[in-house]
Amino acid sequence: MSASAAKPIANTRSGTGIPTARLITWWVIASEIVIFGGLLAAYIMHRIGHPDWAESASHTLTWAGAFNTFVLLTSSLFAVLAHQAADAHDGPKAAKLLRLTVLGGFVFLIVKGFEWTADIREGFVLSSGGFWSFYYTLTGLHGLHVVAGMIIMLVIAADAAKNQELQRVECIGLYWHFVDIVWIFLFPLLYIAR
Amino acid sequence: MTTEAQAHAQHPNYVKIWAILVVLLIVSVLGSMTHIRDVVLIAAFGVAIVKAYLVAKNFMHVNVEKRWVPYLLIVCLLFVAILFAGVAPDVMKHSGLHWTNPSATQPADSGAAAKHE
Repeated sequence: MSASAAKPIANTRSGTGIPTARLITWWVIASEIVIFGGLLAAYIMHRIGHPDWAESASHTLTWAGAFNTFVLLTSSLFAVLAHQAADAHDGPKAAKLLRLTVLGGFVFLIVKGFEWTADIREGFVLSSGGFWSFYYTLTGLHGLHVVAGMIIMLVIAADAAKNQELQRVECIGLYWHFVDIVWIFLFPLLYIAR
Repeated sequence: MTTEAQAHAQHPNYVKIWAILVVLLIVSVLGSMTHIRDVVLIAAFGVAIVKAYLVAKNFMHVNVEKRWVPYLLIVCLLFVAILFAGVAPDVMKHSGLHWTNPSATQPADSGAAAKHE
């Protein structure tokens, strides 16, 4: 029995015209839109309702947020180039680019760690006020998504290096780009709007 | 709508799009330094919307995906908008004609107090 024949039917059919793996990825992204969208909407309405939060927001490090935006945009470039390589059936190149994407995520988390450490040392913790509650919840949830994406990407890269399951490269790329888009909105909301 | 194979064959110049995204990032940071409210808002949120559109279109290829995919994403965004519209009036306004919501101001006050401790 071949490897593809051994796969469950749900993994191989595409009743919607979209391969099942990509279909699932879009559903994940759709649900994530509601999760992050709900949190962001709650933050925005509270921020407008409490202009005094601007003082708290002035303590966030704009340069760190901007650098992390640059890092995530660059990692998204690597992810989409990995997709392009997978389309060309160049698994080893796709794996290399996926690992570069993971490196971007790692740099992002290190910078975020430094930021959180500096904030906590200044006395700004989760319970320091409404702004900081949202700040740690939003950046923490986003950070968890970055970690999850990195782990999944390393697993996919291991297969891709052997030219196996290359369709997964695009799926993890879609997820990573979504995480990038979430940060694109977190950056102005938490670091610029004061 | 293009076929799957055609869509995958049409990879744009990703480095060029990345460069545009980086320039937009620089614009948003520089705009925030002006401290002019309207400029900051446009630089922050206007540029963010453009950046998100560029990523969704060029990196996620939403524009060449099956049509119901962008519809699905838009419906989810509408759910978020409904949430905002339903809850925001209670959260954003603390008082009005013949009514006040003292509990809405308390978290802000306690937050401000904790910050100065």
